[in-house]
Amino acid sequence: MPYIPNTDGDRAAMLEAIGLERVEDLFRDVPEEVRFPRLELPTPLSELEVQRELLMLSEENTDLNHTICFLGAGAYRHFVPHVVDQVISRSEFYTAYTPYQPEISQGTLQAIFEYQSMICALTGMEVSNASHYDGATAVAEAVITALNVGRHKRSRVVLSPTLHPQYRAVTRTYTQGMGLTIVGDEVLGDSLEELAALCDSDTACVIAQNPDFLGRLHSPVELRALADAAHGCGALLVVAADPISLGMFAPPGEYEADVVVGEGQALGNGLNFGGPGLGFFATRLKYLRSMAGRLVGETVDTQGRRGFVLSLSTREQHIRREKASSNICTNQALCALAAGVYMAAMGKQGLRTVAEHCYHKAHYAAGRIAELPGYQVLSDRPFFKEFVVRCPRPVDETLQELLDEWDILAGYELGRDYPELADGLLVCVTEMNSREEIDTLVAALAEVGA
Amino acid sequence: MTEPLLYEISRPDRSSCRLPELDVPEAELPAGYGREELPLPEVSEIDLMRHYVRLSQLNHAVDTGFYPLGSCTMKYNPKVNEAMSRLPGFVQLHPLQPSESVQGAMEVMHGLQGFLGEISGFPAVSLQPAAGAHGELTGVLIMRKALYDRGETQRNVILVPDSAHGTNPATTTMSGLQVVEIPSDDRGNVDLDALRSHLDDRVVGLMLTNPNTLGLFDENVLEVTRLVHEAGGLVYGDGANLNALLGICKPAELGFDVLHFNLHKTFSTPHGGGGPGAGPVGVTAELSPFLPSPLVVAREDDEGPFLAWHTPAKSIGPVKSFYGNFGVLVRAYTYIRMLGGPGLRRVAENAVLNANYLLSLVRDIYPLPYDRSCMHEFVIEGRIEGAPDVRALDISKRLMDYGFHPPTNYFPLIVPEALMIEPTETESKETLDAFADALARIAEEARSDPDLLHNAPYTTPLSRLDEVRASHPRTMRLCYAPGC
Repeated sequence: MPYIPNTDGDRAAMLEAIGLERVEDLFRDVPEEVRFPRLELPTPLSELEVQRELLMLSEENTDLNHTICFLGAGAYRHFVPHVVDQVISRSEFYTAYTPYQPEISQGTLQAIFEYQSMICALTGMEVSNASHYDGATAVAEAVITALNVGRHKRSRVVLSPTLHPQYRAVTRTYTQGMGLTIVGDEVLGDSLEELAALCDSDTACVIAQNPDFLGRLHSPVELRALADAAHGCGALLVVAADPISLGMFAPPGEYEADVVVGEGQALGNGLNFGGPGLGFFATRLKYLRSMAGRLVGETVDTQGRRGFVLSLSTREQHIRREKASSNICTNQALCALAAGVYMAAMGKQGLRTVAEHCYHKAHYAAGRIAELPGYQVLSDRPFFKEFVVRCPRPVDETLQELLDEWDILAGYELGRDYPELADGLLVCVTEMNSREEIDTLVAALAEVGA
Repeated sequence: MTEPLLYEISRPDRSSCRLPELDVPEAELPAGYGREELPLPEVSEIDLMRHYVRLSQLNHAVDTGFYPLGSCTMKYNPKVNEAMSRLPGFVQLHPLQPSESVQGAMEVMHGLQGFLGEISGFPAVSLQPAAGAHGELTGVLIMRKALYDRGETQRNVILVPDSAHGTNPATTTMSGLQVVEIPSDDRGNVDLDALRSHLDDRVVGLMLTNPNTLGLFDENVLEVTRLVHEAGGLVYGDGANLNALLGICKPAELGFDVLHFNLHKTFSTPHGGGGPGAGPVGVTAELSPFLPSPLVVAREDDEGPFLAWHTPAKSIGPVKSFYGNFGVLVRAYTYIRMLGGPGLRRVAENAVLNANYLLSLVRDIYPLPYDRSCMHEFVIEGRIEGAPDVRALDISKRLMDYGFHPPTNYFPLIVPEALMIEPTETESKETLDAFADALARIAEEARSDPDLLHNAPYTTPLSRLDEVRASHPRTMRLCYAPGC
């Protein structure tokens, strides 16, 4: 039997020790009328056969090794050095669980502590937790943190319309029982000043994304003004950031953000069809106790040696139960490990280079596309690695043709979320895209748009 | 044994990764947007690899030794699952690709939705939740929305037994509902009289873990679910302990309306040091319109059958980005395909047999608060006659010196000095014998030399850690980076 070592002989000896005759006798508490149903599942496969089946299923997909990809919109293809997969494949890491027993879990604990430290360095914040499920749930948890900071006397949340549509949707799902008023994202506005004007004395937080969902950057000066407006009302500023962009652009800590969150998948985690990734979450020390999620702190053992333990667990569900700051009990530990290895592998200079390559290549692509007749690149603001192209033909047709005829995933159809941008295509360029790929995209767009 | 921090081994100008030369002209940078310092460490690849390999060696893991952590189902994680989840045709997929280009991945998801439905008896399953607690939030929001949809907006109470995981009450609060705790009776079942007294038209439902955290199957489960339904409420099943029920009974047939699965427990996907997991949710037909979006559904057009994304009519909305932790779903799919129906039943039988056998070996050494036949786990009291100063924590720490991960301690809360032990089906009789032997020897040590236990462990990389120091405002250190 796969994965069950005991033999019939072992089972007989064990039953005898218990004083039972048959294994079935162990289940007498289960009501007889529903006991031992037949499970209609496919015939079991051997390892050889299951490998064949999964390989076949995986090959039914058009994967990114066989296409040219300019699709981003929240899930990003970046280079992952092989050292990352080698580390997370160590089964001492992946077959362990939450480090409840620190004496025999220092590997996981120190790796999380180092991840937290590097997230603080990247975001310019004072404290990071061990991660949330993904960027969207980290945004929702940031709302809950802000409600805790406001002692649940504030019930209004201001969302930027260019916060990722899924982050806004998940925030609404999470908070549907909390009686909140969520405003700001009804139409596609264009300035942070409009968001600032929505803050009032009932507002718990305002949430903006930088670079925003359309790839555009807001300046530290504009963002600081938004922070000032939020703070003037006693509200928090939450910034959702692309961690790769922080390799070259000002960290949100510099412009007085109170909470910095985002999708950390781009840091050393594959696309994996959208999961698993991780939501990073960093904040100010003063909001520490209002924050959810696992947290690792430094301490010493009885002999004075440095070690690490789960810290401040009195905020958490297993101690506080209905008064906990969230129901979350785990993090995305292995994905956070990958993110930590990635940040260390790229290091101070490497992450900056990744960000700069994204920036220069995206600008090269935008410049070439802007020259094409019929296409228009929205360039009202500086952008990082994504930009909006207005297309002469319907976007869905353009995308279909580019995939069918040229094997290009050209981007994301913005009309799915923004009726104002029905002709908008969101193009993403990273360090993975060579100049040749970009030139191919440009040639293909020229032909499809003609 | 301690390992220096990355920032301590960092040296200027070292790096582990080099990118190709930039092959496009440089664009102008906007003034005033840039950052000066990027205080990440600088390490060479060999130092980086040695650092993480040495860290890994400080961990106890399923692959290094027995891990009987109750309620966590630390079973063996088959290596074929890891290989399948890393196939390029799965890893290199963007979630926003057109569905025609990802039919193979959608077939895995559709297949898994069906398998979990068959195992649990529920006709509809969402794979989106990322963890058990996330599945709980999903399920309770579904229950709330379904009852409000019927116009019963006065309902705002969730009943939670006193043996429940902390996530149950925390989830209730997050959903904007109130918790009422229901005591257990002297056999560890839900106290029926207490349940009856709290059932009225304010109740959204009951959250029930069955088998419960004492490892006991509720002997009155059919009556419990009937009573809740009679009061117009719904029953949530916390599937944390589903490993005991595979092929033994279908939770839907016990009267549950919603159930979350922990793929990282029951279906052998690795725990990853605390995630990523997956917490799919199954529901009755009546609740299926409220599931989070999207689901994978089979459709057919002129060109034949195909799989499509579907948003249920009254969906609570998405609970995370995209479709769930797909990499985890591939592993669970692989596992279920290898075991099939008969194999899954043998998993449950052997998990329950192993637990009862181990219980038979230790029941005369440690007090047993509920003297019944257990399911996949059991709870003993970490108290030893003749050693009044020895606590469950001391026994746990001493177990490390024998090479074992301790059981879950101090949970469930209703048992003093609780030690919750879950051996799982993937352990052999010899391992169980050795573990029981260690528990017996520790009981003797406790009587002859209690300080041996108070100062344990001795053989681990570190001795006991000062947890207060890490949480005290004056000594707390949560970050080690320039500027922290």
